[in-house]
Amino acid sequence: MSVLVNKNSKIIVQGFTGSEGTFHAGQMIEYGTNVVGGVTPGKGGQTHLDKPVFNTVVEAVEKVGADTSIIFVPPAFAADAIMEAAEAGIKVIITITEGIPVADMIKAAAYVKDRDCRLIGPNCPGVITPEEAKVGIMPGFVFKKGRVGIVSKSGTLTYEAADQVVKQGLGITTAIGIGGDPIIGTTTKEAVELLINDPETEAVVMIGEIGGQLEADAANWYKNSGSKKPIVGFIAGETAPAGRTMGHAGAIVGGSDDTAQAKKKIMRACGIHVVDSPAEIGKKVAEVLA
Amino acid sequence: MNLHEYQGKEILSSFGVAIQRGVVAQTPEEAVVAARKLTEETGTSWHVIKAQVHAGGRGKGGGVKLAKSLEEVEKLSGQIIGMNLITPQTSAEGKKVHQVLIAEDVYYPGDNEPEEYYMSVLLNRATGKNMIMYSTEGGMDIEAVAEKTPHLIFTEEIDPTQGLLPFQARKVAFNLGLSGQAFKEMTKFVTALYKAYTEADASLFEINPVLKTSDDKVIAVDAKVTLDDNALFRHKDYAYMRDLREENPIEVEAKEAGLNYVDLDGNVGCMVNGAGLAMATMDLIKQAGGEPANFLDVGGTADAERVETAFKLILKDPNVKAILVNIFGGIVRCDRVAQGIVDAYKNMGTINVPIIVRLQGTNADIAKELIDNSGLDVQSAIEFQEAADKVQAVLS
Repeated sequence: MSVLVNKNSKIIVQGFTGSEGTFHAGQMIEYGTNVVGGVTPGKGGQTHLDKPVFNTVVEAVEKVGADTSIIFVPPAFAADAIMEAAEAGIKVIITITEGIPVADMIKAAAYVKDRDCRLIGPNCPGVITPEEAKVGIMPGFVFKKGRVGIVSKSGTLTYEAADQVVKQGLGITTAIGIGGDPIIGTTTKEAVELLINDPETEAVVMIGEIGGQLEADAANWYKNSGSKKPIVGFIAGETAPAGRTMGHAGAIVGGSDDTAQAKKKIMRACGIHVVDSPAEIGKKVAEVLA
Repeated sequence: MNLHEYQGKEILSSFGVAIQRGVVAQTPEEAVVAARKLTEETGTSWHVIKAQVHAGGRGKGGGVKLAKSLEEVEKLSGQIIGMNLITPQTSAEGKKVHQVLIAEDVYYPGDNEPEEYYMSVLLNRATGKNMIMYSTEGGMDIEAVAEKTPHLIFTEEIDPTQGLLPFQARKVAFNLGLSGQAFKEMTKFVTALYKAYTEADASLFEINPVLKTSDDKVIAVDAKVTLDDNALFRHKDYAYMRDLREENPIEVEAKEAGLNYVDLDGNVGCMVNGAGLAMATMDLIKQAGGEPANFLDVGGTADAERVETAFKLILKDPNVKAILVNIFGGIVRCDRVAQGIVDAYKNMGTINVPIIVRLQGTNADIAKELIDNSGLDVQSAIEFQEAADKVQAVLS
């Protein structure tokens, strides 16, 4: 098993015919992902990358049975695209777009909450279940199939962690990039919970960064769950100064409780195997699974 | 984008929020003209001279002074303009003051004692909703209030589909202990403030203090306003408010080149693709015995031109003793990045600090070969730890 996406997912690409959408949809198809079409308003009826283009998401749901969407729509229109997908009945909405105004995301997050669907991102690398579905912008070859789940706020750091895990002779069940914005659809805790409950996942790697309370919430949930499945954790940004945004809009130290040090302390207290060095993630996973 | 107090107040006022009125001045002469004008408009005879820099705690550093005559306006403005203002929120060197706000004196005597409150509007990341945070303890450092008397801080969370509701505005006024005219003024103030926050696409409003004057008016005496950079595309009319003098010149240059750069105090520069990996690389530099000199995310494309710009930016800092390049090639091929590094290096002639390049991912082996055979003084690594060890070796 895996979580969120698998070989049976029927995936559409919103912002299909744009340059980002075209490039990454092409990569996804090449990987073997079940892309059933795309949406670009005004271009319905055309064919792009040998797949049908629809004007609306609801049309894609009706005609090709789409249940998963990946969004490459530009920031000014991305929140609207998320809400359109939710209203049309898409179950998993993965938003890659970076730079969506916070006010737009407050509305979109509230809208999605009232509907039967899950939002991943925005500002994330997507989700990959190796050898089944790559619904994101990650380099597929890094992720080999296996028994370790990954949850991460960052793109390249996810690839780094996956690479280290794979080089230990282990592989990945599903890697979930939850995104680095202040408002994201699926929290660290929710993503960790999905993987802890996945029977095929034997260990979880949880990668966070400075800012916010998501890692602390996940750690507390894990402790209370009583789960025996090990979690290896890393928090980036120990050397980041307070009050400065470090690339990701959400990566900013606001007070004493959202520093890397504070987060790691809580995670350790909750039984998570925290590594201080980002070079030791893979080694630690092998150690806890030995 | 951070704004000056006078710019923040301009925005507040445009949405009907009552403010302490003022005029900005660049010179002592302008300050006197401003003061005269303000006296005509408001009847104030005393003026407050306030340094306009992007930092809090200005009063503590001597950046806010009361002038009781036009002579004092000229004298005090002359002292403040051009000074290096050091506050708890600036670096040790302080921030140069280029302009002052000449503001009306609002602490005049009257029937009631003036009262100061604290109020801010911001995003509650835990709930994904905006909230109004307010306190009876105005004019003080709110973090200290939160620590010593947390029961004096109140919050009101806003339903994104409804906006601020009238009962919530009343609740704020009641919790601040207001009645009569001041109560009405406060509900009006809060309502207008929240409207300004949402319509201007702000990410922070901090009004400290909000003042109830001796004649029961409620006004914003200070305004710390931050606008959401992601939403600036729909507020072209605010673009001119960016004051580049307040920003780090290297960061400004980086931004123009499309690079995400934050200047730090350390001795090892770094160039990384991706924000999370960049932070992790900084942490690894520290563990290897160095201190990161910067945060730099070069993004998805690392061609020769970008790499060269990035090298130049990093080398502007004379403290840099080594540079660590850490690229995880995904869609971007490592050999292309390596070629970019070699080309940039050759274009720049000599680089006087050792460079360690770690390329991992697509075509990492070819990239390593390319670097090793380039004849340049560049060390290559493939594993993350290997790169850290090389940084350590270079520093010792």
